[in-house]
Amino acid sequence: MLEHYLSLATKAIFVENILLAYFLGMCSFLAISNKVQTSVGLGMAVTFVLTITAPANWAIHHYFLEEGALVWIGLPNVDLSYLNFIVFIAVIAAMVQLVEMIMDKFSPTLYHNLGIFLPLIAVNCAILGGSLFLVERKYTLMESTIFGFGSGLGWFLAIASMAAIRHRLRYSNVPSKLRGLGITMLLTGLLSMAFMAFSGIDL
Amino acid sequence: MALLNKKSQVVLKDPLMNNNPITFQVLGICSALAVTVKVDTAIIMTLAVVFVLSMSNTLISLLRNFIPTRVRIIVQLAIIASLVILTDQVLRAYMYEMSKQLSVFVGLIITNCIVMGRAEAFAMQNKPGQSFLDGLGNGLGYGIILIAVSIFREILGSGTLYGFQVIPSAFYDSGYVNNGLMVLSPGAFIILGLIIWIQRTVFDIEEN
Repeated sequence: MLEHYLSLATKAIFVENILLAYFLGMCSFLAISNKVQTSVGLGMAVTFVLTITAPANWAIHHYFLEEGALVWIGLPNVDLSYLNFIVFIAVIAAMVQLVEMIMDKFSPTLYHNLGIFLPLIAVNCAILGGSLFLVERKYTLMESTIFGFGSGLGWFLAIASMAAIRHRLRYSNVPSKLRGLGITMLLTGLLSMAFMAFSGIDL
Repeated sequence: MALLNKKSQVVLKDPLMNNNPITFQVLGICSALAVTVKVDTAIIMTLAVVFVLSMSNTLISLLRNFIPTRVRIIVQLAIIASLVILTDQVLRAYMYEMSKQLSVFVGLIITNCIVMGRAEAFAMQNKPGQSFLDGLGNGLGYGIILIAVSIFREILGSGTLYGFQVIPSAFYDSGYVNNGLMVLSPGAFIILGLIIWIQRTVFDIEEN
């Protein structure tokens, strides 16, 4: 059982990295990744929010929305799974609000640095994508939690390494039209190739 | 185009090229790339985004004077999510195979930054007609890039275009091999990077 969880975690962190293999969370990735410190902060926030929202959304899907989930209040034929999207996004928005309040109280510097990007976590595709994947792949509660944490950590690794690369990039002579978004996309492609080297690892 | 006045034309045409949402505003790349392995998925995704974006812009613009500023994000999200649910249900009902291939990415239109971005930046200040055109223009601008990337990826990665074989089999007989990298995710990043480079050279735009 443990091996199964370990393999799920390595898969979520490296092989099927939510950013580099599924392109989720690109917007904030591109906007934030030019400063190492802020990207580490945002990476941690995303990991934290994903780890909480994945099991929360799993529970809501399993006990309320899934086909036949309402059997415990005597409604076995109700299928509310079409409400998935709207309920998930509401849960995520509430969680982000919570993280924002906690961060404001305990780490005002970090709160100040992340600035307007913290509310944007609510519309970060990686968070909603994580929740949608766990429904589609029919994960259990434990698997969902591990998957959420692993995906968050994978996203964190990707954005932190990108920030480091872009920091070095300032001293290199990039063609003027390629500067900014262009070179970042090409570098992300190379980073994605590097992460693909992990495929085939099976614990 | 004669139906539209000058301003409407600008609103519609601007996002198609010189203010493209993906390559210049850097919005909505999230869900854009995952569906570009084949052209047909890219086209369906484009249609879905155009529908959601133009409808959400119109609805939000109609309601703009009734939405309290403090809760506007939640109202916008609710409208967008409802439209996405509608699109998803239609796809599931009439194009089941396609909706399986698009998997979670239709749902992710909710968190596509373009939709929220246009609602916030345009629809909250402008009349419904203009907002509809803005949504249409941005949706199509997004679609152009999506389809351009998918054309390259499908030809180079699978040797087909919209499902039809375009690389002659004589090529394969003489040792030509499909580029497997194009089917995988790095291919999408690299193709998009190159498209951005070309586009910025053509329009002479620089970023610091």
